[in-house]
Amino acid sequence: MFKSEAASWFRIYEMFQFKSFHMYGIIGSALFFGVIIIQVIKRLKLKSAFGETIQIPNKEKSVSRYILGGTLFGLGWGLAGACPGPMFTLIGAGFIPILVVIFFALIGTWVYGLFVKKLPH
Amino acid sequence: MEWIFKPWPWYIGGPLIAFVMFLLLFLGKNFGMSSNLRTLCTICGAGKSTRFFDFDWKTQQWNLLVAFGAIIGGWIGVNWLSDSIAVQLHPDTINQLHQFNIKSAGEAYMPEELFSLQALSNPKVLITLSLGGFLVGFGARYAGGCTSGHAISGLSNLQLVSLYAVIGFFIGGLAMNHFLLPYFF
Repeated sequence: MFKSEAASWFRIYEMFQFKSFHMYGIIGSALFFGVIIIQVIKRLKLKSAFGETIQIPNKEKSVSRYILGGTLFGLGWGLAGACPGPMFTLIGAGFIPILVVIFFALIGTWVYGLFVKKLPH
Repeated sequence: MEWIFKPWPWYIGGPLIAFVMFLLLFLGKNFGMSSNLRTLCTICGAGKSTRFFDFDWKTQQWNLLVAFGAIIGGWIGVNWLSDSIAVQLHPDTINQLHQFNIKSAGEAYMPEELFSLQALSNPKVLITLSLGGFLVGFGARYAGGCTSGHAISGLSNLQLVSLYAVIGFFIGGLAMNHFLLPYFF
């Protein structure tokens, strides 16, 4: 994450400006291999290290929650420039202010939990 | 071995992310980082306020370990594996950021105007970081996943709903980047 610069605020900014292929390359190549990996697992019914068949849960069906939630997430991603994975990477890299972002991400998660029944899903 | 100290190109980073997903599936788990935020809420006692957080967080210990690994990875990356961490940006991006007074563009890994200790004393910066964090946390749970859960895991598994979520990520991200961000600087 750190070395491929996916944790850099600048890279996320540049991605939304369409000025660099870098982030699209990362996500695209991860997806290319990801699709192959999951197809192979499903076709061959591969077992995990513990001998169980690997189960990949399907996501819950809905449109509104994904578009609405996704848009809110995107607004935050475009502003703070970090999604939940790189947030942790940035702690290790020593960027202290990311702790503010993480603290409020926890508050955001908690507020969602409080209103989960009242939101359209 | 020289290359390892340079920024890694996308064709290294992307496949490594897919490999992490494979390892997690092979261990009978799945790849999704934002679930850790929910788990951390539960550990802090959020289960008392609402049922959404009322689950046994110990079942998610493995995922916290993944997050811990990401912290270690960031530390190793910056301390052992880098000679310079400045991100090489497109000249247009640098120009544009200079106009927003982000002078560190092209010379740093993170904008010093947002992610240095001095910047934290600026209330505007605090608002930017808090609002960004809040939206990421709220949005990720509302959408049932973040970049790793939807854009990587979900799309790899050809889930149509993950495509909706990723479309949402880009609607929000583009709106922020092109229309709203200038007001934060």
